[in-house]
Amino acid sequence: MVLSGADKNNVKGVFAKIGGHAEEYGAETLERMFATYPQTKTYFPHFDLQHGSAQVKGHGKKVAAALVEAANHIDDIAGALSKLSDLHAQKLRVDPVNFKLLGQCFLVVVAIHHPSVLTPEVHASLDKFLCAVGNVLTAKYR
Amino acid sequence: MVHWTAEEKQLITSLWGKVNVEECGAEALARLLIVYPWTQRFFDNFGNLSSPTAIIGNPKVRAHGKKVLTSFGEAVKNLENLKATYAKLSELHCEKLHVDPENFRLLGDILIIVLAAHFTKDFTPACQATWQKLVGVVAHALAYKYH
Repeated sequence: MVLSGADKNNVKGVFAKIGGHAEEYGAETLERMFATYPQTKTYFPHFDLQHGSAQVKGHGKKVAAALVEAANHIDDIAGALSKLSDLHAQKLRVDPVNFKLLGQCFLVVVAIHHPSVLTPEVHASLDKFLCAVGNVLTAKYR
Repeated sequence: MVHWTAEEKQLITSLWGKVNVEECGAEALARLLIVYPWTQRFFDNFGNLSSPTAIIGNPKVRAHGKKVLTSFGEAVKNLENLKATYAKLSELHCEKLHVDPENFRLLGDILIIVLAAHFTKDFTPACQATWQKLVGVVAHALAYKYH
């Protein structure tokens, strides 16, 4: 699965529209993921996962920052997320299936806040991008 | 057997009451074919699927999308009895249509995005969780008779 030039432009366009809301969307993505896929909570036994949790907000900010970084270096996502990839392989070891779940929730958040931005073509590009990010983060697992 | 709380049933029926089945069905199927182009393999006889524009404007896609989502409405009416409700359709998808059940999950995920874009803030986390559960159990029911 390769990101075309059009895909890259679509993704950059989405993140430009998201702008300063990225952190807020990161937190909302996590909240929705925990609500929709309760098994994802098993990776956060040390967190307060109630609505409005400062820990979820903080973590959402980190997740969003990584997505923004990947979008800003979309020609070399593996390079941009190399350290995060090491972290997920060696320490976090989040099962690969969970990246799809996070991706689905991020798409929902974008759909809610920017429905007109998420045309079918942009939806396809963003879905591909999120897959690519998940692939990079799990690339060193074995 | 799937258990639905009173709250979940409320979230399902109240949202479904506001869904334009024809529009939503057409959009969901079109997006499935655009976002996951390999799903086009089941629709060789649908004519022009060569671009997102072609897919969105394709009358067979619209008609089939409406049919699919109308069938989904049966799930909403039969939440306590999904396996029985979809038994025949499950056999059909296995024996005649040869559709990998993974496609039901893909369509379910797409439907969630379409609902999110349509209902925006009203598509609360609780609503999303309930509907994601519903599309999952429908997918499961549709796969149940596979052999």
